Amino acid sequence: MNNGIYKILLNERIAKDVYKMILGGDTSAITAPGQFINIGLEGFYLRRPISICDYDDKTITVIYKVVGQGTDELSRLRPGHTLDILVGLGNGYDCSKSGNAPLLVGGGVGVPPLYNLCRTLIGHGKKPTVVLGFNTADEVFYEDEFKSLGAEVFVTTVDGSHGTKGFVTNVFDEIDYDYFYTCGPMPMFRAVNEKAKTGGQFSFEERMGCGFGACMGCSCKTKNGYKRICKDGPVLEREEIIW
Amino acid sequence: MVNTKVTLSGLTLDNPVIPASGTFGFGYEFADIYDINILGSISCKGTTKDSRFGNPTPRIAECTNGMINSVGLQNPGVDKVMSEELKKLAQVYSKPVIANVSGFSIDEYAYTCGKIDKAPEVGLIEVNVSCPNVHNGGMSFGTSAESAAAVTRAVKAVTTKPVYIKLSPNVTDIASIAKACEEAGADGISLINTLLGMRIDLKTRKPVIKNKMGGFSGPAIFPVALRMVYQVYEAVSIPIIGMGGVSSARDVIEMMLAGAAAVQVGAANLVDPFVCKIIIDQLPEVMEQFGIENLTDIIGGSH
Repeated sequence: MNNGIYKILLNERIAKDVYKMILGGDTSAITAPGQFINIGLEGFYLRRPISICDYDDKTITVIYKVVGQGTDELSRLRPGHTLDILVGLGNGYDCSKSGNAPLLVGGGVGVPPLYNLCRTLIGHGKKPTVVLGFNTADEVFYEDEFKSLGAEVFVTTVDGSHGTKGFVTNVFDEIDYDYFYTCGPMPMFRAVNEKAKTGGQFSFEERMGCGFGACMGCSCKTKNGYKRICKDGPVLEREEIIW
Repeated sequence: MVNTKVTLSGLTLDNPVIPASGTFGFGYEFADIYDINILGSISCKGTTKDSRFGNPTPRIAECTNGMINSVGLQNPGVDKVMSEELKKLAQVYSKPVIANVSGFSIDEYAYTCGKIDKAPEVGLIEVNVSCPNVHNGGMSFGTSAESAAAVTRAVKAVTTKPVYIKLSPNVTDIASIAKACEEAGADGISLINTLLGMRIDLKTRKPVIKNKMGGFSGPAIFPVALRMVYQVYEAVSIPIIGMGGVSSARDVIEMMLAGAAAVQVGAANLVDPFVCKIIIDQLPEVMEQFGIENLTDIIGGSH
């Protein structure tokens, strides 16, 4: 974990209520795809935990949805503004568990952390298939970005306004996969858990106090004992999750 | 050169800055980000007789200048705390620590305190008679002078180390409760615990916290904490550890002027994991700014 001041290089709307932000600063604390950062915002006591979509030596890309006053304030900040951020939080996805044909399943703002994961897996010579689920066409983002990485991409929308009508699991039968990684809302997790035939990893969301394991605000019960979503997660193995 | 040393019942601390229970785990995870040996002491995660998962999530809600928590005393139980957690902490922290103990009956307080009293890492026992998070828990003990005194007597009977009673602010007359604890043999008083509070989500129209209510902490409660430390200082002659919204070196000095012999930093650790280090680093400079040579000289200096 690092604490630093990061400069906003870009902050733009990319879908309904969804924004992409690029932050300039030290990224050395990031060790795995699926980790998150915790952003301090003036006027708000607690930080905002947001998953890392992608990063390089000098920049971090995050994609966030405006869901409350904090993220609304965040969406109004302009390039040049600086933010106090804790970087490199959480365990992240374990890429070593993947077979040659991993399936990446993202729902809504659960999509972003899969991007760096997809890039990393391709870098390891894997052939990922990506399923992105949204409610409606105006919520869809990053379809082309995943395609540009070289992944096969399926998009589903609940109302059928873009891609396959229905839920992410509706396309599972068309895909040959040997492991899966997922991030998204709980109802989607339950559906993925019912449908998926292989081992996999789920990245969870919870209201957090600190984001680095001190307060026990985001604890959950697993088959391997109590875990803190922020520190022992957010990624949990399929086998250890209690549904 | 200013002197930041303070003393709690014979225990000398290099400085008065102590991370508060529940905001610092068992300390060792903070050792990854700075040398925690600079801390005056550490008040460890609240410990109970048996292992507890605590309350359902969401356990956290944000407030203006503060937060509400309803963790519910999640901890692995006193045996594991002694055999695992305190050992891990001892590998990265060489000073005596403060054990923080909660219970759900007087027997349980006595059992857990009697056990943890024997841990070589523990220099002082802080007894939480006030945690408002647990339905059947501490609330009842901390809200009457008689029951707070009964816990104090039971714990004192089975311990050898200094016993500090950590009081609840959710009472009408905190000074009388502190006084009752002193008369029952308490070596010191810690205050304040969190204030009972709640938030409601406008979208769902339901409480944000799953357990509806929780403990309110953070800078917003500092004036309340300061006032209560001031009142208790006038009522008792035993040392006071002051806490509640402390976030800066100036807050530490203000709390000591009200009557605190040492100060705990709570919610601020969750927002800035480096805050205790920053406070300790800035303390000498702020002391000089206000003409303070020895920190002990200013305890209760506002009375």
